[in-house]
Amino acid sequence: MSWGSLDDFLAMGGYGLYVWGSYAMALFCISLEVLFLRMTTRK
Amino acid sequence: MKSDWLHFAAPQAFFPIAGKLIPWFSVLAGVFALAGLYVAFFVAPTDHQQGESYRIIFIHVPAAWMSMFLYVVMAGWAGLGFVLNTRLSGMMASALAPTGAMFTFLALWSGALWGKPTWGAWWVWDARLTSELILLFLYLGFIALKAAIADPLRADRAGAILALLGVVNVPIIYFSVQWWNTLHQGASVSLARAPSMAATMLTGMLLMAFAAWMYSIAVSLARVRTIILERERDAAWVQLQRMAA
Repeated sequence: MSWGSLDDFLAMGGYGLYVWGSYAMALFCISLEVLFLRMTTRK
Repeated sequence: MKSDWLHFAAPQAFFPIAGKLIPWFSVLAGVFALAGLYVAFFVAPTDHQQGESYRIIFIHVPAAWMSMFLYVVMAGWAGLGFVLNTRLSGMMASALAPTGAMFTFLALWSGALWGKPTWGAWWVWDARLTSELILLFLYLGFIALKAAIADPLRADRAGAILALLGVVNVPIIYFSVQWWNTLHQGASVSLARAPSMAATMLTGMLLMAFAAWMYSIAVSLARVRTIILERERDAAWVQLQRMAA
């Protein structure tokens, strides 16, 4: 799969909001979980 | 001869092993995730029906698989602790619950973002979606129930009963697409027949699933260590550990 440009990649054929919304939430949840664990471990 | 494996059922023995394993599983999770994301966005082709929206599958399916798998493992540990009265089992069950709940939420969230462009609705009261939502409530109920009981051993036993009752929901989620006429599509991957998707799509999905699996192990081990320290805080070995740290 080759993307013409960065804009094309971000647009995801018009589904950018849905695709990136899914990946962003996954990243957010994982970061939050790791952060919380780090905080409890440090205590 | 007394078997050796029970030795590791003691929190004191398991604590350092868990600590040594965490970096390995973290690295594996990172490697699988990078490979998976590369395949997901740069190798897998555009779907001829759904266009690019289908790329949500690389988050959605691994999250949904982990949500069910972690529940079964959690209920297994809880059940083992109920029968054998091993302290570590209940701690393992507690350590898995938040990660399981997180993956359940991610499966629902990514599902809503996929449902909107595909079905025209964020949410429908379909058997698959509803039973997955019940799974989220089971996880949250398990966490809340254990948090509400001050005595950890009683909390473990009460949690075990809830976890084991809730396990019937897992096959309901899995087979819901066959048992009922659902809007949700059937299984994409089955051992009984050839996959109904392009090989590269399947590869990306499996890589992401492995990443989620390794991540879950790393995070659960880290969490079980905090639970061990919390519950055994009056034990001599924890005091020594504190002094050494």
